[in-house]
Order: sequence, then structure tokens, then C-alpha cells
Amino acid sequence: MDIKWYIELAVALFSIGVIGVLIRRNAIIIFICVELMLNAANLLLVAFSKMHATAIAAGKAAPTVVADAQIFVFFIMVVAAAEVAVGLAIIVMMYRNVHSVDVNFLNRLKN
Amino acid sequence: MNNVLQIVWLIPVLPLIGFLINGLGRKQLSKTLTGIIGSGVILGAFLVSLYVFFNVKSGNTHVAHYFNFINTESLNIGFDFQIDQLSSIFLLIITGVGFLIHVYSTSYMHEEDSKDFAKYFAYLNLFVFSMLLLVMGANYVIMFIGWEGVGLCSYLLIGFWFKNTNYNNAAKKAFVMNRIGDLGFLLAIFWILNKLGTVDYHSVFSAATEAKSKLTAADITGITLLLFVGATGKSAQIPLYTWLPDAMAGPTPVSALIHAATMVTAGIYMIARSNILYTMAPATQTVVAVVGLATAVLAATIALKQNDIKKVLAYSTVSQLGYMFLGLGVGAYTGAVFHVMTHAFFKALLFLGAGSVIHAMGGEQDMRNMGGLKKYMSTTHITFLLGCLAIAGMPPFSGFFSKDEILAAAFEKNPVYWAIGWLGALMTAFYMFRLYAMTFLGQFRGTHEQEHHLHESPAAITVPLIILALLAVVGGWIGIPDVIMQGGHRLEAFLEPVFKSSNDYVRAHESINVLNHTKELGLMAASVIGALFSLLYAWNKFSKYQKTDAEETGLGKVLANKWYVDELYDKIIVKPLQSLASFFNNVIEKKLIDGFVNGVGRAVNYSSRQVRLLQSGHVGNYVLMMVIGILILFIVQLFLK
Amino acid sequence: MQTLGLRFPEILLWSPLIAGLLCFILRNDKQSRNVALGSSLITLAISIATLFYANDKQLSGLKDSYVWLPYIGSSFSIGLDGMGHLLTFLTALSFPIIFIATSKTEYKNASSFYGLMLLSQTGLLGVFMAMDALVFYFFWELALIPVYFLSSRWGGERRIQATFKFFVYTFAGSLLMLVGIIYIYLQTPATQAAMHSFSINAFYSLHLSFQQQYWLFWLFFVAFAIKMPVFPFHTWQPDAYEQAPTAVTMVMSGIMVKMGVFALLRWLVPYFPEAMDKYRSIIIWLSVIGMLYASLIAMKQDDIKRLVAYSSIAHIGLMCAAIFTSTANGVQGVMIQMFSHGINIIGMWIVVELLERQTGVRKISQLGGVAHKAPVLTIMLVVIAFANIALPLTNAFIGEFMMFNGLSQANIWYAAVAGISIILGAVYTLNMVQKVFYGETNTLTATIKDINWNEKLVLAVVVIIIFIVGVYPQPIFDLTKEAVTLFATKGK
Repeated sequence: MDIKWYIELAVALFSIGVIGVLIRRNAIIIFICVELMLNAANLLLVAFSKMHATAIAAGKAAPTVVADAQIFVFFIMVVAAAEVAVGLAIIVMMYRNVHSVDVNFLNRLKN
Repeated sequence: MNNVLQIVWLIPVLPLIGFLINGLGRKQLSKTLTGIIGSGVILGAFLVSLYVFFNVKSGNTHVAHYFNFINTESLNIGFDFQIDQLSSIFLLIITGVGFLIHVYSTSYMHEEDSKDFAKYFAYLNLFVFSMLLLVMGANYVIMFIGWEGVGLCSYLLIGFWFKNTNYNNAAKKAFVMNRIGDLGFLLAIFWILNKLGTVDYHSVFSAATEAKSKLTAADITGITLLLFVGATGKSAQIPLYTWLPDAMAGPTPVSALIHAATMVTAGIYMIARSNILYTMAPATQTVVAVVGLATAVLAATIALKQNDIKKVLAYSTVSQLGYMFLGLGVGAYTGAVFHVMTHAFFKALLFLGAGSVIHAMGGEQDMRNMGGLKKYMSTTHITFLLGCLAIAGMPPFSGFFSKDEILAAAFEKNPVYWAIGWLGALMTAFYMFRLYAMTFLGQFRGTHEQEHHLHESPAAITVPLIILALLAVVGGWIGIPDVIMQGGHRLEAFLEPVFKSSNDYVRAHESINVLNHTKELGLMAASVIGALFSLLYAWNKFSKYQKTDAEETGLGKVLANKWYVDELYDKIIVKPLQSLASFFNNVIEKKLIDGFVNGVGRAVNYSSRQVRLLQSGHVGNYVLMMVIGILILFIVQLFLK
Repeated sequence: MQTLGLRFPEILLWSPLIAGLLCFILRNDKQSRNVALGSSLITLAISIATLFYANDKQLSGLKDSYVWLPYIGSSFSIGLDGMGHLLTFLTALSFPIIFIATSKTEYKNASSFYGLMLLSQTGLLGVFMAMDALVFYFFWELALIPVYFLSSRWGGERRIQATFKFFVYTFAGSLLMLVGIIYIYLQTPATQAAMHSFSINAFYSLHLSFQQQYWLFWLFFVAFAIKMPVFPFHTWQPDAYEQAPTAVTMVMSGIMVKMGVFALLRWLVPYFPEAMDKYRSIIIWLSVIGMLYASLIAMKQDDIKRLVAYSSIAHIGLMCAAIFTSTANGVQGVMIQMFSHGINIIGMWIVVELLERQTGVRKISQLGGVAHKAPVLTIMLVVIAFANIALPLTNAFIGEFMMFNGLSQANIWYAAVAGISIILGAVYTLNMVQKVFYGETNTLTATIKDINWNEKLVLAVVVIIIFIVGVYPQPIFDLTKEAVTLFATKGK
């Protein structure tokens, strides 16, 4: 399949994530949107990696890249998992303190 | 080595030693010792000067080099003395008259306590030292050193009684006005230096006269004009004359020495010294003559209405200095120097006489409270009368010869000069005899206490008066014009080498219409008769003077207020300068520059306060900004690369 | 003697540095004062000794060089040449005078005070001896920072504000200079050890293009103009002088401002000949206007310290103008005047300090009649005041005469306009003398006592130097002759 579709899908996912982060106030939704953006990036990595491997196999590109880019995806997933652990804990604490997950309540650092 | 060169340095060094001894030992020395040292060193200098004079008279002139004052690759100024006819005459005047005034001071200042007494003599010695440097220097820089040195001493001595604010103001005014002139002098020195690379008189004058001179006519005119600016400051000419009358705040012997006999004639010395430059710059000569003449008449008119005995003498000094400049301006250099000499005699005499009167009157200077002093102070009276006759130009007193020489030369140049000068001479006779009559004739108008106190002054005062009176009478006989006695002008013969190049230049470039003898005699007769009439009129009018409370009116008021020149200067120079200074201080400095500097600081403060508001604490805002940032980076990357 | 001679610059630095650090360790006020005085006298003795070697050609100059940061092409090289030599002598001479004159003044925490003063002296000496741009910059800041602490800890009421202004101002200047130095450094050719070189010789032999010169010139000029200071970069100065303790004011006005003038001569004039030509008249007019401006403002000051500060701005303006004439006379005049001005203004401050210590005020309008009570002080002050307005036979006359001569060589109008400041100088100086010293005494001045022996001593030293240099300036001309020739030809 043409790489174009993967890119378009990834851009769409990423944009949805960005817009979601910007316009929603619910911390959990924002969190999900952040995940969406991360995964958009993952998708691209996988797609490009596959494309590159195909090109090398077809002899169209010099076999310069030895490490497979898909390894990065696992890194990102691990980081995202760690993030979820910390992030969700923060959200839980936040809910306990202010009884809301609205991020606009979280401006106490100001002043 | 030449004998003269071996001892000539003693002339200025002796007063310097006197200054140091009196200055450093002022707490230890007794008054008598101070007086002896102070006068003794001047006497010593006078004796050396006398020796030098006779040496010069036999035809020797010298330039003595002592050390390099400033010596770099581009500049070489030596500490050199020049001894010739002109400087030896001035040396004699300065040390001779100076010695008499020192002696006079020992008595006049006796009431001061011994520390101040020593301080006074130290200053006076320092003055003589500076004045001697001025006339002995062999280049313009040494002259300038003395020039400013005498200004300093004048400042110190005018403000000698420093408790009095008015005196201090007078001292300051004198110094500042002198400085204005000094700037002109300094610029002239630079001009010469830049054109010729030297300031030695000898090199400058020979460079000016040589055929392919580095100095153009414009240069010479500029230099001479600037030098003349210096002279107007030091010698109290229009427009810088107003300090001299105020300078009378100093002790009277100081007025006699500095503000009559010596320092104020420095300008005449300078121009006489640079005579060749002036002769080559006819435009400057006209300026000098006109300024001199205007000063002579203006000061004379003011003197007519002054009531302070010293003020009258001060304005008379300004006026006489004007005559000297007239003489310089019309090329009568010998006449000007001659008048310097006779003026030193009779004006010192008059000031010292006035001092004697003031002393007797217990510090009173207002002539309206005097009168009839003739019978109390006979020596002072006689000598004073002789001085008045001399300044009024009565033959055969000294002033007659010198003033008439100048007026005759003025007539040769332009009869109008003569006419105005003649008018001034009439006024001179008038105000001097007004002074004489109000002081010595008529009835005593002071308080009883003062009358009781009246006495003739002691010998230390009267002896100098008698000697000066003698000189004021006979001093003119060394310059008897040819028309009266063939070959009688011995001074002219003596000074001939100094003015030789000028005379040659005039002979080569101008056609002079020499006065014939009848005309010259006629001019003399005119001035003598005119002066005699105004003298008698004043004598007659003021010997019967009675005190009135009536205010002066009309022109009299203007004259009594000195033509309001001080007020004018205050309005057009001092006040605007003060407001400009205030404006700079309050507006430009504080508001503009400091405002800008502090404004930068405030702007940084303000903008950081504004930027801080971006940290709203809303997570959404931060993310939005992040996104915007990323977008901008994208755009930059994609389109603006 | 050979080895000793070669080590002179280094010894000069060690003496105040060690003593300064010792002061910090001692923590005893009295001892540290003695240490400070002692070390400053030792420094003076060394400095005098160096003067005997000044014209010794055999010694190949009084230079020291150490490997410092070889990989970036900087070496710790210091040396004494004509102009710097004179100023190190001034520095060495001033500090004992300052310490003796202010020995009666009590400072809280005096050991730190003296320690910082000595560190500042080290910096000043280093600036005048540096032969390497990085070393120069290092000492330049070393001289500045102690002064900042001195003023902000021991100063007057508004000290924080004034010192902050002073610091930001001069530091901004320093940074401009640093940018300039680094830029020039990057233009220097590679040496064996490093890609580029900070050595002064490498800088001198560099030929910058016109474009480069034109903007670099302003970087350096502004840095030095702030330090001197030249109108309109001067507003930190009156505040700083007024608020700093007098001993520090003496250091600032007597020596630190000379850093600016000196730096102009050593680190600006030789690099930018074309830029000099281009901007010559602008800067001369700026300086000349600044002279008149400062003189006029000085007429309006009531605080003696501010008055002296403005008069100093006028004098420095003249030096700046004279440098930019690039005439041998002008530059020679600047060199001798740097020395004379340092001596005179320190003398002036001593008098101010003595007055303030006894009466507690510095306001001209509140004083009066001091001459009755303190005749010796008055005589000294009058001599110094007249030296300040350049009366002949005092030291300042020589310098001003030559500088004005240089100006007139460039254009007689420069000299004529600048000359007005001579007149104004007489006005405000005599005004001050009159109002403070003459007239009747008042309640404040009635109890003044005349100065005691150590104050007499330092003032007598100042006065004697004034006259010696004023009558026979030849030794200073000889000392600086080569430097003048170099700069006068370089700048043309």
C-alpha cells in the first residue's frame, strides 16, 4: 500500500490529539489525546521502517540503516506506559484534592 | 661665561626665596623680620636689575637658557630668559616701584597680626616673582606662566581679607575675566606654535619678517588679535575692564603695585614685545587703537562721578591704560612704554597717597566725608598734588611728556584719534582735581572721631611717597621730544634696537606724514591749556564742596552707575549662562540622559513583568503556545529556509 | 639584577594580591590596616625601583610571560612599557596616599574593606601591564568587581542604587568589549599552539577591513567611553562618586577612569586607523561639548563630591578629544595629564574627606570660613584647586597645554570652544573655594581643627608632586616618549 495513506492517517491522528489536548479540559481526555499523538508517531515509524526495508530488499536504496526503526516504537510504548502510570496517579491525586479532573483548576502554581 | 648671565637668574629667584621664607615661616617670623625679608629681597632684585640695566645700556642683550621646560620630539620650549632694553626697563620699574611699595606696606599693613602680615608679604613677593617671569621670559610660554601667575597673585591679594564676601567676589571676578583674556593668549600661542613650531621671540619675529614667511598676513592678524584679547583681560580694556575697579577691594599698596604700576601694564609689555607682528597687521593696530581710545574715554567719564577715592584712581588707571593702547595702536611703541613708566611713578604715588589718606581716615574711602586734609597731612598733600599735576599732563611733570608723545603720534595717524584723546585728557585733569580738591581742600566733612584721629603717616609711608613724587616730576625728562630739546629723547634712543624692525617696516611700507614742529607745539599747547582750564574749573568747583543728599540725575546717574556695564554683563552673559547651566542640570542631565538610562532599566523591569503574565498556570495555554511554537518552526523550516 | 628586573611586573602584582588575601584571613581590623598600608608601600617601592630600569634597553623591556591557556592561544603576559609604566606608578603611589589619608576613618569590618581595596589595586596594576587581550579583560573585571562591593557595603545612603547603576553601566561596557575582543581574536591567524591568539602583538599586526573596523570601533569605544566617562555616557559617575566611601571614590576617579583612557590608547587607537579617521571629528566634538556641558553643570552643584565629579568629566573629555586628534602633542599631553589628574583629584578628595569627617556635611552652602580654623588645609586645597584649573607651573598645565595644542593642530576651533571650559573651570572651582573656605565661619565649621601630621604629610606629597611635575616634567616625557611616537604614527 502506498506510504501516503499511512502518513495521512498519522497526521489525522496527530491533529485529533493536538486539538483534543487544546480544547478539552478533562485531564483524562487530554491524557488519551496525548496517547493518540504518541501513537500517531509510532504508526509513522512503523510505516517508514517497512517502506525502507522494502526499498532495500528491492535494491532501490543503499543498505545503510542496520538497526530496525521499529525498535523505537517499543521504546515509545514503554515510555508511554511509564507515563500512564505516573500521569494517572497524578490525576487520581488531583481528583482526591479538588474533586475534579478539570485542568483549569490546576493553576495553583501561579503566584 | 658672561657676568650678567651668571646673576640674572637672581632677579626672579630672590623674590621667590622671599615668598618661601615668609610663606613657610609665617608662624615663627616677627613682623619686623618679615618686613625686612620681604622688602630686602626686592631691593636685592632691584640692585641686580640695575646692574643688568647698565650692562644692557652699553649695548649687550642676552638670552639665557636654563633648562628644557617641555622637550618632546614635536615640541621644544625652553625655560629661557631674555634680557634686552625692553625687559630691563620693566625690570627696573617692577623691582624699583615694587621695593618702595613693599617698604610702604610694612607700615600700612602693620595692624594685621603677624601671620597675616607674613602671608601678605609672601603673596607680594610671589607677585613680583611672577611679574619678573613675565617680562624676562624669552618665549611666549614663559610669558604666559608669569601672565597667569600674576593673575593668581592678584586673586589672592584682592581677596586678602577673605572674610568679606564682596572682596572674594571681586577677586573671583578679576581672575575669571583675566582667564577669558588668557584663553585668547593661549590660542595665539597655539597658532604661532602650529605655524612655526617655536615660540621663542627671536625665531618668531625673524620668521615673520623674512621674505617667504610661513606666516601669512591673515595669520599675523589672527595672532595679534588673539594676543590683544589676552591684553584686554590683563590690562583692563573694553570689554574686559570691569574687574579692575572692583579689584580695589584689596589692600591699597596692592592696588598701587598690581593694579596700577605693574601687572596691568603686562598687556602693553606683550604688545610692545611683539611690536613687529602688530606693525605688520594694520587691521589689528586699528582695533588696538580704537579699543584703547574708547576705553580711555569711557573710563574717564565714569571717573568723573565716582566718590570712592580708590575707584576714581582705578578708573583713571583704566583710562591711562587706554592711552597706552592708543599709543601701541598708532605705532608709538616707545611712547606707550614711556607712559607705562611715568604712569607707574605717578599712579603708584597717587594710590599710595590715597592709602595714606585712607589710613589716616581710619579706613574711610568716601571722598564726600573727607576734605581739608591739607592741614593735617602736609607731605601726603604735596606729593599727591605733584602726582595729580603729573597725570593731568602739566609740563614739566612726567605725564606731560609721555602723554603728549602718544597724542602726537595719534594725530599723525588720524586727527580724530587726537581729538578724542584730547577730550579724555581734559576729563583726566578734571576728575583728578576733583579728587584732589574734595580730599585735601575745603572743610573736613567726616565725623569728630575721625577728625581727632587725623595724622600724618609715619616715615615708612612718606619716604616712598617723596621718592615717587620726585620720580613723577623728573621721570619724564628722559623723553623730551626733539621739538623742545634736540636729542632729548634718551628713552627712544635706548629702546631703538627693540623697535628697530618695526620702524624699518614702517619706513619701507608706509608714507608717514611727520608733524612739523609748529604743529606739534600747537598740539601740546592745546592739550596743556585745555587741561589747565578743566583743572582750574574742578579746583574751583570742588574746593567748596558740600555734602548733599541729592541723588544724581540724568547722565550723572548713568555715569555714577558706570554706564550700567556690570548690569549689562550680568544680564547678557552671567544670567543666561546660569540658566543654561540650570537647564542642563535639571532637564538634560536629570530628565533626558538619566531619564533615558533609568528608562532602559525601567523598560526591562516593565517588559519582564508583562512577559511574566504569560505564565498563566493554565495547562491549555502552555500547550497552545507549544503548538504555535512548533508550527512556527515548521513554517520557518519549510518556507523561510 | 637581570633576573630581578625581568620579574618586576610579576612582583608588582604579587604584593597587593597576597596582602589582600591576607587581609581577608586576618579578620583583625587594625592588623589588616597595617598590612594594607605596608603592602602598598612595598608596592610603591617596587614601582619606584622599576622606574630605574625604564630606559634600560638591555633588559629587553620589563616583561613576564607564562603559559596560561595555550590551547586557546592566550598566555599570561604582562609588561611595563612607557605609558603603562607611568600608570602603574600612579597606582602604586596613590594607594599609600589613600590609605594614610583615610586611616582615621573607621570602617565596619575593615579587614574585608582593605582586602577588597588591595584586590582592586591588583586588578588596576594588571590592566596597565596586560599584554594579552584575555589577561586584560580578566584584570579589567578584577578591578571593577571589588569596587562594586566596596561601594555597596561601605557607601552612603543611596549606595545600592548608585552602585547598581555603576555596575550595570560598566559591566555592559565590558561585555561589549568582550564581544569585540572575541571577534578580533577570531580574525587572528593560527599560531603553533592554537587556532588564534589573544596576544597584543597578534592584534596589532592584524589588518581589519573597513567594514569590520567601523562597527568594532564603536564596541570598544562605548566600552571605554563608559569607563572614562565621556558625555553622554557619564551619568553613573556623579552618583557613584557621591555614594561611594571617599577612599573608593579616590580609587575610582584617580585611577579607574584612567583605565578607560589608557585602554583607548592601547586597545583601540592602534586597531582601527580607518575608523579613527572616519569618526574623529564626531568624537572630538562629542568630547568638547561634553566638556562644556559638564563644566556648566558643575557650576550648579552643591555637593562638593558631585562638583569634583563633573569637573573630572570635563577633564576626561579633554583627554578623549586629544587622543582623537592623533597628534604627538595631544597624545603626549594625555599621558602626562593622566598622571597629573590622578594626583590632583586624589588631593581634592582628601580635602573633601577631611572636611566631611569633621563637619559631617559636604554641602557647599552649609560650609564657610574654614580658612580661619584650618589655614594649612586651606593652603593645600588652594594649591590643588589651582592645579585642577591648570595654572602654569602646576602639573596640569603641562598636560592641558599640550592637549589644547594638539586640538588646535587638528582644528583651532576645537581648542577655542574647549577653551571655554578653562574659564568655566575657574568659575566653579573658585566659587567652591570661596564658599567653603572663605567668608565667615558658621556653627558647623566653627569647631574645625587644622589637619594633623599624617594628613599634612600626604597633602604635602601631593602638593610637591604638583610642583615638581609642573616645573620639570621632562622625566615623564622621557618615560612615555616611545609610546607617543608609536601611537601618533599608528593613529594617523
